[in-house]
Amino acid sequence: MADSVPAAAGRLAPYVAVVRARIRAQRSYRTSFRIDLLGSAAIGVIEFGEVWIVVHSVGTLGGLNVRAILLLFGLSNLAFASGNLIAGHLDQIPTYIRAGTLDTFYLRPQPLLAQLLISDFQLRRLARMTAATTVLVVGFGLNDIVWDVRTVAVITMAVTFGTAIFAGLFVCAAGLQFYLINGAELTNAFTYGGAYAAGQPASVFTRPLTLFFGYLVPVVFTGYLPTVAILRLDSPPGLPSWLVWCTPLAALWVWAVALLLWRLGVRHYQGGGG
Amino acid sequence: MSEPEPDAPAIDIAGLTRTFGVRRPLRRRGAEPARQVVAVDDLTFRVERGESVGYIGANGAGKSTTIKMITGILVPTSGIVRTVGLDPVRQRRRLAYRIGVVFGQRTQLWWDLPLRESFEILAAIHRLDPAVATRRTSELVERLEMASTLHTPVRQLSLGQRMRAEIAAALLHSPELLILDEPTIGLDVLSKLRLREFLIAERAEHGTTLLLTTHDMGDIERLCDRILMVDHGALVYDGSLPGLVRTVGARRVLVVDLATPAGTLPTFPGVEHLGSQGGGIRHRLAFDAETTTAAALLTAVAEHVTVLDLAIEEPAIEDVVRRIYQAGG
Repeated sequence: MADSVPAAAGRLAPYVAVVRARIRAQRSYRTSFRIDLLGSAAIGVIEFGEVWIVVHSVGTLGGLNVRAILLLFGLSNLAFASGNLIAGHLDQIPTYIRAGTLDTFYLRPQPLLAQLLISDFQLRRLARMTAATTVLVVGFGLNDIVWDVRTVAVITMAVTFGTAIFAGLFVCAAGLQFYLINGAELTNAFTYGGAYAAGQPASVFTRPLTLFFGYLVPVVFTGYLPTVAILRLDSPPGLPSWLVWCTPLAALWVWAVALLLWRLGVRHYQGGGG
Repeated sequence: MSEPEPDAPAIDIAGLTRTFGVRRPLRRRGAEPARQVVAVDDLTFRVERGESVGYIGANGAGKSTTIKMITGILVPTSGIVRTVGLDPVRQRRRLAYRIGVVFGQRTQLWWDLPLRESFEILAAIHRLDPAVATRRTSELVERLEMASTLHTPVRQLSLGQRMRAEIAAALLHSPELLILDEPTIGLDVLSKLRLREFLIAERAEHGTTLLLTTHDMGDIERLCDRILMVDHGALVYDGSLPGLVRTVGARRVLVVDLATPAGTLPTFPGVEHLGSQGGGIRHRLAFDAETTTAAALLTAVAEHVTVLDLAIEEPAIEDVVRRIYQAGG
């Protein structure tokens, strides 16, 4: 990636060095690394099994059949797994604060959030992405999908901006944790809870839940809305089908809130008000 | 204000104050308002480039809070800090290229990787030219005698080895200002000596400004031309070490172990017999460093009894601080 854009590569060099170091460190504990990988993959499989059993016994859930659920689960889980890879360790902020790691980051010439994002790149999270991708590919195979530009656009949007939405939610949670030193339980409701909600058809939600996950913590953009758009199904009240084209806006919204909460959190830590 | 002058002082602090709100446990809603604790209280001082300053005080006196404001980790409640001419909070990233900091209790190394890799990563983080990085790393490795530990994972280093590595890591990008928070805490005598020798040589060659917090009088004696002492967040002394000892009249203590027990020792002028232990084997004699030397006192004692072993106790910093505080009011 480097040679054609040396300036950009130069800017990225500090980050590349840290991420490569993290990868080397994890590979040096081979057994533990393999167990981690297996564990992560198992969690993905179990979560999918849970949804599968429910849908299999009722036939359809919220207007989606088992095959459609595969698609929904694959999309939302891939977005979550990628977001988790980028930012999932941010819920460790209270630990970083206690151990003084955060102070060390202040002494380095990169932006604080960027340093934190790359500080704990965990390869085992790739296993979760692999599991999600497998489900997604199977979902592609089992459904009648019209492979036109529109479908490809929806899928691309769902995966990239879905990743951004989940990564942004982790940043929101991290910003809040500057205030709530033991607030991981609360913020997990938004991150991991959001991921769980994203794996469900939004059509089964009550009206307040639809609004909550549709507009406030917009995880329906990562799974349900694109699934409905790909399969050209009718969308439930409160979530018009054109909404899927607003996925970039949903990601933008999450990141606007995320950066605001992060800024407030950091200022609180430094004691500069806010 | 934003453009640094090249000859700005290393540290310039004026009216610096930092308070912390301490929340009490909630019994009833809104029962008690948050209490304010003043950690740093209207501090004003300036450290010129090339100086070597010991920043001392008892635990909780406000040393760490000051350092966190100098390095941009904490925002002052009021007052001004300029570090190498920069505003540490607003210009934190530019400042990071120009200062090196070691917090004694924290690490900036990658604990699960060989030490060598930490230096490589830090070189990339500070965007050092590869040739410069290689030259600087080998210089530090040689001077701090780390060649044998370079391939050891950081988690397996001894405390002394790790502290040397931390200091090398802070100096890798050749900072103008080096801030060390308790660098010798927990180190054995030999490690302390080596570290001090290294710091003296490093400063002689590169002119690095040094700000050092410590509880070890030996660090100050060997490394610092100037002492700043804080107590309850306020500056109570600014001057040299002999001046400080003179101000507080801090005494050194000569401890002698005798060949045969002696109930009492003759009295020497200006020396106080603090007591004896072991049935008259060990005696403790306090003397004023201004009027007597340890050698003179020992000679005087040896004229009367046979001395087998001896030790000299330096005034503890906490002691000195307490005396200053009592003297001041």
